[in-house]
Amino acid sequence: MSTIGQPVDRVDGSLKVTGAATYAADYRLANMLYGVPVGSTIAAGELLSLDLSAARATPGVVEIFHHDNFEKLREAPSGDMPDGPDPLVDERRPPLSDTTIRYYGQYIALVVAETFEAASEGAMLVRATYRTTDPATPLGGEPTGPAREENARGDVDKAFAAAPIRIDAVYETPVETHNPIELHATVAAWADGRVTLYETTQAVVNHRRVLSIMLGVPASHVRVISHFLGSGFGGKLWPWPQSPLAAAAARTLQRPVKVVVTRPMMFQNVGHRPYTHQHVRIAAECDGTIVALDHDSYNTTSILDDYEESCGEGTPSFYGAPNLRVRSALRRRHTGTPTAMRGPGAVPGLFATESATNELADALQIDPVQLRIQNEPERDLSLKVPFSSRHYVECLTLGAQRFGWQNRSAEVGSMRAGDDTVLGWGVAGASWIAERFAADVSIELRDDDSAEIRCGTQDIGTGTYTMFAQIAAHELAIPLERVHVTLGDTDLPPGPISGGSMVTASIIPAIVRAARSAREQLARNGGSKATGHGSSPATFGEEQPTVSRHSYGAHFVEIGWQPQLGRLRVRRIVTVMDAGRIINPKTARNQIAGAMVMGVGMALLEETIYDPRTLEPLNRNLADYMVATNADVPSMDITFLDYPDMHVNELGARGVGEIGLAGVAAAIAAAAHHATGVRVRALPITIEKLLL
Amino acid sequence: MKLFELRRPADPLEAIRDGLSPGARFIAGGTTMVDLMRLDVERPDVLVDLNHLGLTDIERTADGGVRLGAMTRNADVAHHPWIVAEYPVLSQALLSGASAQLRNAATTGGNVLQRTRCIYFRDVHAACNKRVPGSGCPALDGYHRNLAVLGTSANCIATNPSDMNVALISLDAIVSLRSSEGQRDVAFAEFHREPGDTPECETVLRPGELLAAISLPPARPHARSYYLKLRDRASYEFALASTAVTMSFDDRTMRDVRLALGGVATRPWPATQAAQLLEGRSPEPKLFRDAAELAMLGAVGRPQNRFKIELAKRCIVSALAHVTAAEFV
Repeated sequence: MSTIGQPVDRVDGSLKVTGAATYAADYRLANMLYGVPVGSTIAAGELLSLDLSAARATPGVVEIFHHDNFEKLREAPSGDMPDGPDPLVDERRPPLSDTTIRYYGQYIALVVAETFEAASEGAMLVRATYRTTDPATPLGGEPTGPAREENARGDVDKAFAAAPIRIDAVYETPVETHNPIELHATVAAWADGRVTLYETTQAVVNHRRVLSIMLGVPASHVRVISHFLGSGFGGKLWPWPQSPLAAAAARTLQRPVKVVVTRPMMFQNVGHRPYTHQHVRIAAECDGTIVALDHDSYNTTSILDDYEESCGEGTPSFYGAPNLRVRSALRRRHTGTPTAMRGPGAVPGLFATESATNELADALQIDPVQLRIQNEPERDLSLKVPFSSRHYVECLTLGAQRFGWQNRSAEVGSMRAGDDTVLGWGVAGASWIAERFAADVSIELRDDDSAEIRCGTQDIGTGTYTMFAQIAAHELAIPLERVHVTLGDTDLPPGPISGGSMVTASIIPAIVRAARSAREQLARNGGSKATGHGSSPATFGEEQPTVSRHSYGAHFVEIGWQPQLGRLRVRRIVTVMDAGRIINPKTARNQIAGAMVMGVGMALLEETIYDPRTLEPLNRNLADYMVATNADVPSMDITFLDYPDMHVNELGARGVGEIGLAGVAAAIAAAAHHATGVRVRALPITIEKLLL
Repeated sequence: MKLFELRRPADPLEAIRDGLSPGARFIAGGTTMVDLMRLDVERPDVLVDLNHLGLTDIERTADGGVRLGAMTRNADVAHHPWIVAEYPVLSQALLSGASAQLRNAATTGGNVLQRTRCIYFRDVHAACNKRVPGSGCPALDGYHRNLAVLGTSANCIATNPSDMNVALISLDAIVSLRSSEGQRDVAFAEFHREPGDTPECETVLRPGELLAAISLPPARPHARSYYLKLRDRASYEFALASTAVTMSFDDRTMRDVRLALGGVATRPWPATQAAQLLEGRSPEPKLFRDAAELAMLGAVGRPQNRFKIELAKRCIVSALAHVTAAEFV
């Protein structure tokens, strides 16, 4: 009767399809005001003056905040703090705290009005004058900071120089913008010196921590609620300036304030995946044994904040190269601060290293599946420990079988569908960390044979409510329908961030312990009511892990290329995932499929375009910033190997939120090369790069 | 969004009068106008709502053609049995544009008059000669991947984004304009203007005129037509290059050839000389490529949009090959 491993429908599905689920921007509090931020229209310089006369004259406008009249908020420090966990935030400078402009769209004022319409009109009527300086704009070239060595073994330079077959290439990925359908939003309401924030956040606990520091109130006086999220993709992990703006404005005006970030602001003020520049050198013996792998990358970051994309996160453990080095650096640019976007590091990183691996296979004239199998390591050579559970080779062999890879003809342009479509086939691997964050869970057994389970984590749309219900029902041995799940509130026991694909893995030990403690109480006290509490520690950040914990996967892609139309379309993707035991194959498949679609967009479409002169993000809407539409979605064949990883938790489950995106773009790029003969090393693969 | 007065005239003459009020703008389906108002590009004092005028008929003309009221919806036109059967190029063009939701709202008249998607035109903080005459054109040396290579000027390279307009050129459509002084008809190919020194003037529409209808001449016997649209993704994107072609056949010879281009020009673009090259000839690939070369003669590419010249040529060749496929033995 356990539903573990069953394709259970989402327990919150009916709330969502009927519109009953309340998202942050849905809250309309009594006496509430609406705030609309004004963004700078330059990327670099100084705000000289603001003319607010027309804006103030707009009927309904209550107040206009700017650097002169906005309260001075504290900056959440980036180092260790004595009184609790590090407050995590990517853009640390509090909003409106000075007049220096460091990116296009930086908030320079907040217009607060009785209606959203009045606030919007007021915001349009604010006139700013600036002294403009030339923004730091160029891409390419050298990083602005020193390179940091993240990982090294052997002597990569010597091994590379001595190897007979070498690939030495630069790969680039553009700025990508998360674009969840739900806009970032904050509704802030104060009462008796305490603030409640209805917030779009993937981390209610951290959000409370950061806002309590910025607002100068104890954490106990800040409550953050995020019951439902219209996705985040990492963009909602850490607080962005609209949250302290709304909270401080509400405190000053003594009325609730709602601030909803507009779609254009989503491209400016709430993070993005940065541009990455990755120099990869990979070399092999003639028999295909990889002997050297050098992954040297930098990513762009903002003027004030150091966001590191960590492109080489997955590189050291993926293949058995005896000589290896991973280095990274930053390049400052007048843009908003980047942030984690689905599979940060590994996703752009694997585009580069898996593309280079495919190029190496071609240079060796070895099948790229075979090359990968041949370089399968027996243990994690960087940590010098065994793998907890690694079945990458099976991902490759099963994927190849399901795809029909044995029918591949390696020569460029040699495969056809009908008269006018050239087929291209490509493969790439995927990996992602499989760790846990700390989690606290409480369970209340009620006398009506139902149970309530509570945790201060949140469901960002991935199915966390359902996962909690399934695991609690399993541990308590009661039907799923009898479990009520409460999430998304800092009044609950502190739970993990919805990041790193770790929620499912993190909550299992806590639920197991909470269920056990509740059952023990029941046994001690008799009756039918009991409460239990379970707490589990993090594995993420362990100094000396005894096993290497990762998930793995392989993607096989077929594209169709119609040269007479300059048209490249992905026709099918076969994906095999080694992600531990799958708790719910329906929600898991949903995550992998969604990520694969995102991978099609990443490979062929997505790019935030900046005006090269002004660093204004230009295509800041969903018509000009292209993501894959339904019509672009290929046939998808998804298989989970379903090997429990008992090193991670009691059920052997790892996470699946991000790994589906890793490797897709490299497989598509390889398929595009197979069809067209053109190596595209800078994403996205647009028509002009193929029209030769 | 600025406060505005909304007027809902009940007949075209009243709408024309309202349209002459200071700061007045017409709104039909609203799929462009509301967007531009939100962006602050349009700040009307008076918004004249055309949705209560009628002008929603799709009717037969005396000569056997079809007349589309200005307020007919794109979806209704695209799926109308006469259009599907007699003017498939128009149906195909409409269905290749926007999304089902937008096509349900958008109107024929609004589609004819829709504004460019040039990013700088839609950004009130940027210069734009079309929006603020004389302010400059940042697209020339800035972002212009989706902009025009034909009909450009030193002042503007903005693309006309409509798919429908391209098909209407290939169908020799007529635009009926109504004013308080009566009605005048303009050939569709003469309706839109190249930017030249006045990119703000996009059509020959005069103040006090209302676009009332589009008329299609009767479909020629044995006519065939095709609309081919090329773009980055498979749906919901404006054309990088498109071709509308209509022709009839007489003894394996191409007759009454009309060729029009979209996505590459500052206005819906009649490729007249290329069509003339094909006239009276038998279809063959070499001829198609010659016609494509002729059509793109004089195209001016820039770093980001130069590829569209070759893409448009392939588009023309493919469209011609498709429409004549049955004539190859």
